[in-house]
Amino acid sequence: MTSMPGSEMRKPRGLPRSHDACATSGFCRVGCRGCQGLAANADVAERPGGTSGGSGRPGNRKRGPARERSRGSSGVSDRAGAAGVRLPGYGGQQMPGVPHSQYGVYNGPVPGHQQPAPPQGYFPSLGLPSKGSPVSLNSDTSSLAPNFIGPLRTPPTSGAPPPTSGAPLPVGQPAYNQFGQGDVQNGIPASAVQMQRPSVSQPFIPGSTPTSISQLSSFQQYGPSPTSAQQLTNHMARMTIGSVPTSAAPPAGLGYGPSTSVSPASGSFTATGSGLYTPYSSSQGPPPASMTHGLPPTSLSQGVPLAQPAFSGLPLSMQRLPSQGPGYAPPPSSTGIGPSNYPSTTGAPRPSTMQSPPLSGQALAGLPASQPNHLSSPPPPQQAMSGPHPGPPMTGLQGPPPPPTHPSQPGYQIQQNGSFGQVRGSQPNYGGAYPGTPNYGSQPGPPPPPKRLDPDSIPSPIQVIEDDRNNRGSEPFVTGVRGQVPPLVTTNFLVKDQGNTSPRYIRCTSYNIPCTSDMAKQSQVPLAAVIKPLATLPTEETPPYLVDHGESGPIRCNRCKAYMCPFMQFIEGGRRFQCCFCSCVTEVPPHYFQHLDHTGKRVDFYDRPELSLGSYEFLATVDYCKNNKFPNPPAFIFMIDVSYNAVKSGLVRLICEELKSLLDYLPRGGNLEESAIRVGFVTYNKVLHFYNVKSSLAQPQMMVVSDVADMFVPLLDGFLVNVNESRTVIASLLDQIPEMFADTRETETVFAPVIQAGLDALKAAECAGKLFIFHTSLPIAEAPGKLKNRDDKKLINTDKEKTLFQPQTNFYNNLAKDCVAQGCCVDLFLFPNQYLDVATLGVVTYQTGGSIYKYTYFQLETDQERFLNDLRRDVQKEVGFDAVMRVRTSTGIRATDFFGAFYMSNTTDVELAGLDCDKTITVEFKHDDKLSEDSGALLQCALLYTSSAGQRRLRIHNLSLNCCTQLADLYRNCETDTLINYLAKYAYRGVLNNPVKTVRDALINQCAQILACYRKNCASPSSAGQLILPECMKLLPVYLNCVLKSDVLQPGPEVSTDDRAYIRQLVTSMDVAETNVFFYPRLLPLTKVDVDSDALPAAIRNSEERLSKGDMYLLENGLNIFVWVGVNVQQGLIQNLFGVSSFSQISNTMSTLPILENPFSKKVRSIMDMLQAQRSRYMKLIIVKQEDKFEMLFKHFLVEDKSMSGGASYVDFLCHMHKEIRQLLS
Amino acid sequence: MGPRVPGSAEVREVPPSCCTCIVPAGAQCHPPCCPPAPQNLSDSMATYLEFIQQNEERDGVRFSWNVWPSSRLEATRMVVPLACLLTPLKERPDLPPVQYEPVLCSRPTCKAVLNPLCQVDYRAKLWACNFCFQRNQFPPAYAGISEVNQPAELMPQFSTIDYIVQRGPQTPLIFLYVVDTCLEEEDLQALKESLQMSLSLLHPDALVGLITFGRMVQVHELSCEGISKSYVFRGTKDLTAKQIQDMLGLTRPAVPVQQGRPLQPQEQPVISSRFLQPIHKIDMNLTDLLGELQRDPWPVTQGKRPLRSTGVALSIAVGLLEGTFPNTGARIMLFTGGPPTQGPGMVVGDELKTPIRSWHDIEKDNARFMKKATKHYETLANRTAANGHCIDIYACALDQTGLLEMKCCTNLTGGHMVMGDSFNTSLFKQTFQRVFSKDFNGEFRMAFGASLDVKTSRELKIGGAIGPCISLNAKGPCVSENELGIGGTCQWKICSLDPNTTLAIYFEVVNQHNAPIPQGGRGAVQFVTQYQHSSTQKRIRVTTIARNWADAQNQLQHIEAAFDQEAAAVLMARLGVYRAETEEGPDVLRWLDRQLIRLCQKFGQYNKDDPNSFRLSDSFSLYPQFMFHLRRSPFLQVFNNSPDESSYYRHHFARQDLTQSLIMIQPILYSYSFYGPPEPVLLDSSSILADRILLMDTFFQIVIYLGETIAQWQKAGYQDMPEYENFKHLLQAPLDDAQEILQTRFPMPRYINTEHGGSQARFLLSKVNPSQTHNNLYAWGQESGSPILTDDVSLQVFMDHLKKLAVSSAA
Repeated sequence: MTSMPGSEMRKPRGLPRSHDACATSGFCRVGCRGCQGLAANADVAERPGGTSGGSGRPGNRKRGPARERSRGSSGVSDRAGAAGVRLPGYGGQQMPGVPHSQYGVYNGPVPGHQQPAPPQGYFPSLGLPSKGSPVSLNSDTSSLAPNFIGPLRTPPTSGAPPPTSGAPLPVGQPAYNQFGQGDVQNGIPASAVQMQRPSVSQPFIPGSTPTSISQLSSFQQYGPSPTSAQQLTNHMARMTIGSVPTSAAPPAGLGYGPSTSVSPASGSFTATGSGLYTPYSSSQGPPPASMTHGLPPTSLSQGVPLAQPAFSGLPLSMQRLPSQGPGYAPPPSSTGIGPSNYPSTTGAPRPSTMQSPPLSGQALAGLPASQPNHLSSPPPPQQAMSGPHPGPPMTGLQGPPPPPTHPSQPGYQIQQNGSFGQVRGSQPNYGGAYPGTPNYGSQPGPPPPPKRLDPDSIPSPIQVIEDDRNNRGSEPFVTGVRGQVPPLVTTNFLVKDQGNTSPRYIRCTSYNIPCTSDMAKQSQVPLAAVIKPLATLPTEETPPYLVDHGESGPIRCNRCKAYMCPFMQFIEGGRRFQCCFCSCVTEVPPHYFQHLDHTGKRVDFYDRPELSLGSYEFLATVDYCKNNKFPNPPAFIFMIDVSYNAVKSGLVRLICEELKSLLDYLPRGGNLEESAIRVGFVTYNKVLHFYNVKSSLAQPQMMVVSDVADMFVPLLDGFLVNVNESRTVIASLLDQIPEMFADTRETETVFAPVIQAGLDALKAAECAGKLFIFHTSLPIAEAPGKLKNRDDKKLINTDKEKTLFQPQTNFYNNLAKDCVAQGCCVDLFLFPNQYLDVATLGVVTYQTGGSIYKYTYFQLETDQERFLNDLRRDVQKEVGFDAVMRVRTSTGIRATDFFGAFYMSNTTDVELAGLDCDKTITVEFKHDDKLSEDSGALLQCALLYTSSAGQRRLRIHNLSLNCCTQLADLYRNCETDTLINYLAKYAYRGVLNNPVKTVRDALINQCAQILACYRKNCASPSSAGQLILPECMKLLPVYLNCVLKSDVLQPGPEVSTDDRAYIRQLVTSMDVAETNVFFYPRLLPLTKVDVDSDALPAAIRNSEERLSKGDMYLLENGLNIFVWVGVNVQQGLIQNLFGVSSFSQISNTMSTLPILENPFSKKVRSIMDMLQAQRSRYMKLIIVKQEDKFEMLFKHFLVEDKSMSGGASYVDFLCHMHKEIRQLLS
Repeated sequence: MGPRVPGSAEVREVPPSCCTCIVPAGAQCHPPCCPPAPQNLSDSMATYLEFIQQNEERDGVRFSWNVWPSSRLEATRMVVPLACLLTPLKERPDLPPVQYEPVLCSRPTCKAVLNPLCQVDYRAKLWACNFCFQRNQFPPAYAGISEVNQPAELMPQFSTIDYIVQRGPQTPLIFLYVVDTCLEEEDLQALKESLQMSLSLLHPDALVGLITFGRMVQVHELSCEGISKSYVFRGTKDLTAKQIQDMLGLTRPAVPVQQGRPLQPQEQPVISSRFLQPIHKIDMNLTDLLGELQRDPWPVTQGKRPLRSTGVALSIAVGLLEGTFPNTGARIMLFTGGPPTQGPGMVVGDELKTPIRSWHDIEKDNARFMKKATKHYETLANRTAANGHCIDIYACALDQTGLLEMKCCTNLTGGHMVMGDSFNTSLFKQTFQRVFSKDFNGEFRMAFGASLDVKTSRELKIGGAIGPCISLNAKGPCVSENELGIGGTCQWKICSLDPNTTLAIYFEVVNQHNAPIPQGGRGAVQFVTQYQHSSTQKRIRVTTIARNWADAQNQLQHIEAAFDQEAAAVLMARLGVYRAETEEGPDVLRWLDRQLIRLCQKFGQYNKDDPNSFRLSDSFSLYPQFMFHLRRSPFLQVFNNSPDESSYYRHHFARQDLTQSLIMIQPILYSYSFYGPPEPVLLDSSSILADRILLMDTFFQIVIYLGETIAQWQKAGYQDMPEYENFKHLLQAPLDDAQEILQTRFPMPRYINTEHGGSQARFLLSKVNPSQTHNNLYAWGQESGSPILTDDVSLQVFMDHLKKLAVSSAA
């Protein structure tokens, strides 16, 4: 439960529910501001640190430390902060206390209490630490919410801070508190389990998103109040209407009005945290109220988030840890329930304690509320709040919270309002960054002001990622426990296999499955596993052991044929075992018999991987082979388009040159001396050319097959050869191919016959294998599979749009079927200069588990390196051939749907002609019976494949999951990244058969239902105007928005049909890490790089307003790397990085950065290398100069902003989601 | 050994040596092509023989009748049709070709060539066509013509004359090798060597191409450096010519073809150059390429035949040439080591347990692939012929290779058909080498794309032709409605021919009984053969002959005396074999028998119903014997022969000249002994004696047979003893003679050296007249030779029956 609360975030508006809540929220904000002001305080410091880390603002960092120090002074608070951080990471909840402090700090800055301007400045790039922190706060905001709560708690921990922060905190906190409480409650339970992360739920304030028109309208409606703040509040109002008008309004006016008291306040803050706080405190006052409400829990959870931010900026785990402590403390304090407990224990413990308090409903609600605050408008407020919070929350909050409760909410609103107001006011000062906000508001009407939510107040992916990284990156993830939620994919962690498979192989949307299908339906949370059976493990982890059960093959259950695994129960002294999937009892074969020890475990438990590990491999016997014959080693066939385009662009020569060396690096599958893989070569244009490269020949022989209508392979012996044996002949061939076709004038190409040829060759050689096809144009030559140009942009947004994603003809589907039957995997490298119908060409690749690489307008100079790197990686990576994957589940659920690059001829077996280490299959489960909490649910993924050495193997992955009867448990154990992975794949498949709009609506609807269900069943009661998000899903809206805005679902005019089809297919095979960065790109401020450390600069959120003219940024999404250069970047840096003397001289055509001998250049390049190494494809480098034409392209990836193609900004979308949820709730 | 005389031993009695040219009395006033006026029968006998021989040597023509019955009715009563064997390109070392265009009759339907039979008005510079009587002006170049200044074509000795004409571009000869790679390693090696050797025999400018096939068909591009390139086709799919040309990239853009006529010649070589290259350019390449040829790499499992795509390979070869060099002399040379087993034209499945079709299967209609395959090859052959190309088939395998189905490829295009056991035998090697033999001018003995135009006097019409030709469907006034052989036309196309290629041309006398021909009237026939000489020149050979008409009612003895029984036997045999291709064997035999009986009735001297009184004049005396052996020959008898063998024999029979044809009908048998010089002996079992060495030439086989005693002597090694050197010589004599035959014969005969009791002696025993069999062994004296274990009737029995039937009034 505790976790839950943490996860929930409420927006200030959420206050509506209760005055108290309002008050609390207000408190929080106030507190935050105060904190910010106070930021000076330790708590604040932490947060900022964290936030800054997230936002990447230097200022934040600076603050961070400063705060730390200050904390140091406070001691407790620091710790709390740290702890908070952690907690937040997982679920802000845990750390509530800490976060609070951070938030507080942030809040402080944001509000610009100190000086309206500065906060804004932050965004832009203000160097001001204080401001910086606010900024960070913004980013943190999302987490802030939780943080807020946290802060509250933290304060308590810090004890000292309380007073100062106390005042401010209260304000923010109150709100938070409410949330916090909720959080806490949630958090508690969560913690009890494993819910570290999930715990935090973030309530959003829908109102906050003014952007979307509808929202606007709503807002307007809602928010009668003219001022932006009001509008926001309006949202809030909706949610917390009552509060708004009342206390909120006034405070807002006061607090926000930067010009008025606020600014002074800020000033005062700066001057003295305490002073500031106090003012805040007044406002915060309300928070206390909140505190009262949900003090304990909310604050906790929230606090956590808060803490997170702080962490990022701050020292990290250390601090966090402490913070957690504190964070807990606070909550307890607030609630009084488990404060003591909290403090004592970390996230986990708290939960438990929390749980007790839980009270879930209220507490949760409260907590969420606070979070929401963060989310929506909170940011600014948060910052402000945070500022105050930190300080105040910690101590003060707890104390003060109660009183201010009401105020708090108002405070929130106010703060928000204020922040906005300030923002605006300040924005001018700050410059672009804030303006950005206006942008949000871009909506003419709404913008005026008030409507916006402060982007900083809404859940920040960066913050979440940072928190998780900080919290969970340091210790190995031990898989011994059932239903554990693994760290985020963005976190570096080690895995110790103790019976469950590593999350690198399988990740689930939820690690706690509802026991009944009713529950599952109610929640609408899809139950899915993202499986990457052949994932590459880091070198520190051991690859799956190979088990040989002898001639009779692997031991399996008699009935369901599940493979021996750690969950099998040996009975009758070991003579039999009971299947964990179907309960059938099977005799243990004599050669496998072993006695059991006193615990019922086999004596050889630790000697046998299949009994003690989650992942392992069996050596397959001949029964598992096609035709009952052991397979031949696989073959690679390189099929090169030699039409005019390919030759002219230098592609053919490039490929041939590369192959010469690349062939020495074929996968060797284990430790073989040389690769067993044989290679063959084909070139083609309108006809196909096969090459006989038999080692005994003096020169290669070329065989032209022009009968493309009825393709066949003209030779057997000498086509597929061992590289070493035929080395000279192959070299000679590769030398000659470019020469032979140098003068070609053939522009037409065929395509299907090429695949048929490869397929036939493999058939003739009786082996599986992979075709590498290098293709340049739409196959219009007369042949089977001939295509016509059917690209028609007019179809977009019509019912026929789906046809653009469908293959033109069924021919390729049938071909794919044949390929799969033979184990012929097709990898496609495309070099189109115009439409070539990826949707059709990719069919075979897609269904055979191959990869598509696309290099539009390929140019040797710029694309060479990317292509070669892709090719190298593609050739060298380990591949399993002729594979069949089957997922078995324990009774009660079963795999019903599969997403990915494969073919299925029946409903259970996933057939893969080839499966490489990057390919992922997403499997959805549905209930067909009840599950029990006791036995949980088991998954066993068995992959039968032929290794690159030609060995037939079975790879088994086992995973045990918990089952729950409480929805809260479900929400607490979710993984948003995985969920997004599933949703994206689901939607991307949907566009094949439905209009895109339908798909988008369905997505939104499902997510709204998920969140609404949570709100309804798990969150503490609160105003309908509050947006409350589960901690684990607080990023769901932002990510979902990214999915909705993606090129496939909402194409801009510049996105080609091919690109959409290409991306659609790419995404379908992506693992969680890839979808994560693909939908929410990573944006790193290069100018913040510390050339002396290995660490990456902290990422910042994907919004233009976060960019500073004076900085350079790197953005990567798994396909591209952008380097964005601001117009005001120091010349020195430009010189260092690009080797040119001025901004104007930077060429945006360069595909690599020049190699310069200076620390900065080296560092940046090493960062790029590192990023490239993380991705399965080599990313294209694009240099974007600010205000250059390419900037549009870049802006497309600033996914939190409104997109050119009409995609909503994060804030707007959040409001929209809130509206949807409310509709559902009502 | 003296010149081989047709007709075996009996014929021997007519000394063939007297071959000096005797111009019969009164011949001076006649062109030499007119037969002498017979003075008396015995004289005429000798005279006619000389006349026939002389005509044959000069014109390459042998008529069945050298004096023609003057009315239709009488002609039909003659039984043996008026016909001739024409060897269009008979070698004439003494005949220098003239270097100008022939002068043609101006009548569009006639266009006969000016010849010695034409009446010329030297003063008016006019000439009258002897076929249509059109009066024609001489062309300006003939302005200086006079009685003493005659152009060659007006001189009597130039009844046959060669013109060299300049028409169109000269394209080099083309040789397209189509090579089966489903061979045993040894065979393939031998074949590769033969092919490489053949390259050295070709003119440097000649274009060569290479197609190999097995399971797939590969068309090799010959101009590539560094990498050998080939186009590959599936062996199971029949492709149209257009598809093939598309796939080979031979399709020309449509526009230039129509508009840019002058461009074509330039363009052609460019397009075709990839597959057909002048030998001097790619000699090395091709030699290497051939050297690297591997056996078909596709695995052949136990119990299967290799998959051999002969049908598609041929189809592609045809398509290739069709697209690149239509109407240019080209040889497609198919080398195959087994039956086509897949795709169009497959003759047998790849299951070894299913044997290839036999005559038995065919009779039972049990040869499931035969009709389809035959159709495939027929289509191909017709296309090839239409393009003026020819197909050679060199089939070397122990089992059948599908010649039956593929025979039309060679028969219709004038290509060679060679059958052997292995490519690694001298039979194949030397035969193949002989394809490229050169004449006295150093030119290949081959010509291409010939068209034969036959013109006749009004009293004659053309019934048809039998030989390696196809009809050009040229209807004209001289075309008869009654077809004999390939009829309905007065023009035939002979895509490839050599100096021995001989066509049988059948005529019909259409002059009505009531429209007598004036005394001394002569019928004339003109053969105009236009062809591409192997030197790539375009040439026209014109042969004009005339024969006297005679009224059969009162001048029968003249006609009778002018009967050429050798020519008649071959002409009748060709008709019989031609019929045998389409009719049941027994029907053909019955038809032959009936003709023979009718002939005997017509020309025999006998008393009714008294067989013993039956006599035939000298000019007919050998004819029944020829028929007897013809009936036993493999051309009409399929027993003991595979369908492939039958096709092979018939193929050669239909194209060889008279001498060779007679050898085929009735093999020659020489006997060598210590008792005298080698002598021709009867092809009879009685000739097989213990102390003789026999040499039999059946055209397809040369058999040396050592009599029992001789064989024993040889085993005892007497020949190695100095004192028995004469025995050594005796043993050597037939070998030398055989060698002489082997040197010149094409295709190279199977050379069999055997002895009494040897298994190979069957070749001899099956040919000799079974005068002694196990049935009548004791009826004959001790002197008799070896009995033949057969139920076949002997010549004696045959003749007895013939006499009986001939004199029978019932018949």
